[in-house]
Amino acid sequence: MSEPLLSIKDLSIDYRTGRSHTPAVERTSLNIEPGEFVSLVGESGSGKTTLIHGALGLLPAEARIRSGSIAYSDVDVTGWNDRKMALIRGNYVGFIPQDPNTSLNPVKKIGPQVIEAVRLNHPKSRNFLEAALESLRTAGLADAGRVFHQYPHELSGGMKQRALIAIALAGQPKIIVADEPTSALDVTVQKRILDHLVSLRERLGIGILLVTHDLGVALERSDRILVMQHGVIVEQGPVEEILRDAKSEYTRRLLAAAPSRHAGRLLPTSRVRVTEPEAQAEVLTADGLTKTYRLRGRARLTALGNAGLTVRQGTTHAIVGESGAGKSTLASILAGFTTADAGTVRLGDTELTGLRRGQLREIRRDLQFVFQNPFTSLDPRFTVRRLIAEPLTAFGLPAGDRVSELLAAVALDDSYLDRLPGQLSGGQRQRVAIARALALNPRILVLDEAVSALDVSVQAQILQLLVDLQAELGLSYVFVTHDLGVVRLIADDVTVMKDGAVLETGPVADVFADPRHEYTRQLLDAIPGARVARV
Amino acid sequence: MIRYVALKVGRAVFVVWAAFTVTFVLLFVLPANPVDLLFDPTELNSIPPEVRAQVAENYGFNKPVLLQYADRLGHALIGDFGNSVQSGRPVIAAILDVLPSTLILASAALVLATLIAFAIALVATATRRPWLRNLVEALPSGAVSVPVFLSGILILQVFSFQLGWFPSFGDNGVQSLILPLITLAVPVAGPIAQLLVRSFATEFGAGYVTTSWAKGATRGRIIVHDVFRNAGLPALTIAGVTFGNLIAGSVITETVFARRGLGRMTQTAINTLDVPLVAGIVVLVAVTFALINLTVDLIYPVLDPRLRASLTAGVS
Repeated sequence: MSEPLLSIKDLSIDYRTGRSHTPAVERTSLNIEPGEFVSLVGESGSGKTTLIHGALGLLPAEARIRSGSIAYSDVDVTGWNDRKMALIRGNYVGFIPQDPNTSLNPVKKIGPQVIEAVRLNHPKSRNFLEAALESLRTAGLADAGRVFHQYPHELSGGMKQRALIAIALAGQPKIIVADEPTSALDVTVQKRILDHLVSLRERLGIGILLVTHDLGVALERSDRILVMQHGVIVEQGPVEEILRDAKSEYTRRLLAAAPSRHAGRLLPTSRVRVTEPEAQAEVLTADGLTKTYRLRGRARLTALGNAGLTVRQGTTHAIVGESGAGKSTLASILAGFTTADAGTVRLGDTELTGLRRGQLREIRRDLQFVFQNPFTSLDPRFTVRRLIAEPLTAFGLPAGDRVSELLAAVALDDSYLDRLPGQLSGGQRQRVAIARALALNPRILVLDEAVSALDVSVQAQILQLLVDLQAELGLSYVFVTHDLGVVRLIADDVTVMKDGAVLETGPVADVFADPRHEYTRQLLDAIPGARVARV
Repeated sequence: MIRYVALKVGRAVFVVWAAFTVTFVLLFVLPANPVDLLFDPTELNSIPPEVRAQVAENYGFNKPVLLQYADRLGHALIGDFGNSVQSGRPVIAAILDVLPSTLILASAALVLATLIAFAIALVATATRRPWLRNLVEALPSGAVSVPVFLSGILILQVFSFQLGWFPSFGDNGVQSLILPLITLAVPVAGPIAQLLVRSFATEFGAGYVTTSWAKGATRGRIIVHDVFRNAGLPALTIAGVTFGNLIAGSVITETVFARRGLGRMTQTAINTLDVPLVAGIVVLVAVTFALINLTVDLIYPVLDPRLRASLTAGVS
């Protein structure tokens, strides 16, 4: 066997914060052999991105390599400056960045951006144009000639990511490092991109280092997995070995938290459901909802076409779909934030459509909303106490002990009362957001992608909390998500949407076991780790 | 696309019309007796009523306000703003006489200010030395905080009286343009530079820059080929807005350096209460301002393909 393509030994990286240094990566080693597909798995803040940026020499100015070495095929590049690293980057190691939407220069056409990558790495090459077209084709863009003359904003997310793969391939590297290449993409697109990366590995014999937060993705695709936590690699080995016998506690927890590895719905931890959902009355019904947005000029976008759903009391109804499916529009019409062009929404016996502002405000007591991003949905200058008391004061109710009660309900103690959102973790913030939504004793919560911004282990805790609260308070949820794995964990009923229309709706067990629509089947098939879970 | 152009041209026309109307209200409607404004305040009491009536008749002040407005607007449309009270010459001719000299000064100052701003931003982005970056980033706020009359006098003192490199006043040729140019450009360069330093820093941290690093590009190449065009776009907007400041700044600069120009003419016109001239100048400045911002708006889609796309999508 030849030298490993990339060999990192005992690497430690610090960040300078004021006068002191905070370690981000601690004595980490890894090897990538030719033709090997290795995944580096970790949650946010685990140091995985710092580690690969260190390997590529892309660390920001405030980071420094304290000890250890980085070598590409026996060439030690530790401490090389930008000018020398430029010889390695592109040429020897290709990089696929995280977010395709910001990673291409918006004012240049795709072609010149790929040509630049060819020119920088093979200046003697005769035909830049042909080489660039070739690498676009290799990246899976069949219509390379057309894409060549397009600007990034004219391409879909998946096509942009393929263009970035083409740029990474253009220098004909021996190893490709991909940093969360699919986390900004829809699941079906994610599946195609990952399939393609695997095929490239087989076809070109290059090594691939995939950085991901999604253990399901890693288990399904890689030869070997490294699990990182707090800057240290806590587990490494072949996939089967990790599945069979994970050594570290953390890996076992990640495996347990991965949504795809659960067979059925989460159960409430201690309490039993107040009543069986089957017999329940309909608490929220929507029918024939249509919403059209007028674009610039005369163009129109139908965000929602004749969509409807029924939520039974004390149950969770999930709305699933990819970006642009209209699920968020539907949720915000249900919550009364957006008015529909046509159709009706009924809450119990009250019809919401056509209510005046004042009446709608009264309805808000019964129907609350939890937003996607806990980092932007809480006012950064409000304390937790004030955040949770806000709906109470808005309706002229005394806050008093209610705030502590609510905090306790979401499993936070009184020591959090005077903290600011900036002093909380993502999971804690979402708990505060849920506590705030519960303040007025609503019957229904509309949760718009409420767990998508969270790490899997935190996500699992929040889902468990939601299930417990439902059992305790008899709440009904409308749960909007793009993640079918989560649907299985929390929902009783599911509605699958695409392009503003409802494709199918029904109990989760029925839809998952026997999807009637081809698109539902595709979605189910694209859940990362689904294949592994079935083994 | 046509819709966009029509919208922007319409807005420019509206700005000029609004400037005209506001000037009309301020100068001809609000004063109790506009005729008073036409005479030297010290001699006001000694003017016989027949003369005042004659003047009011000549200027049309005895007609209804709306008629006066329509009359003046109609004349303004064909470039007739009446005659200057002081010199008796047509306002438009008096303005066109001095306009080129101010326009040259202001445009050259804008170009120089933009160059200075880009130089500061480029150095701040390109350098790897923190002390140099801090020093360069401190320059813009320094430039803003020095008032034109002070920097003008300092520059005069050093380069004209001490070193004798440039003439201290007058408007003969390029030599006499240099000192006023620098005086006017420096404070204007400040805000543009501040904006550019920030936008260069933001763009330098953008995702596509990481992609370029990964391609194997060097720092200089990334700044020139990737960052420059993206980060430079905001400068265009602020440069358009700044042009107004330049005209205002030229009042002081032209006074300090004793140059002929619109600035000095405005100052004299206000001192001598030359109402028709003031009105003409205000409308003319509004026209220049509107034209420059219109140009900026029309250039934007050429430089930014995303904007171009949303425009063509609007037509289809």
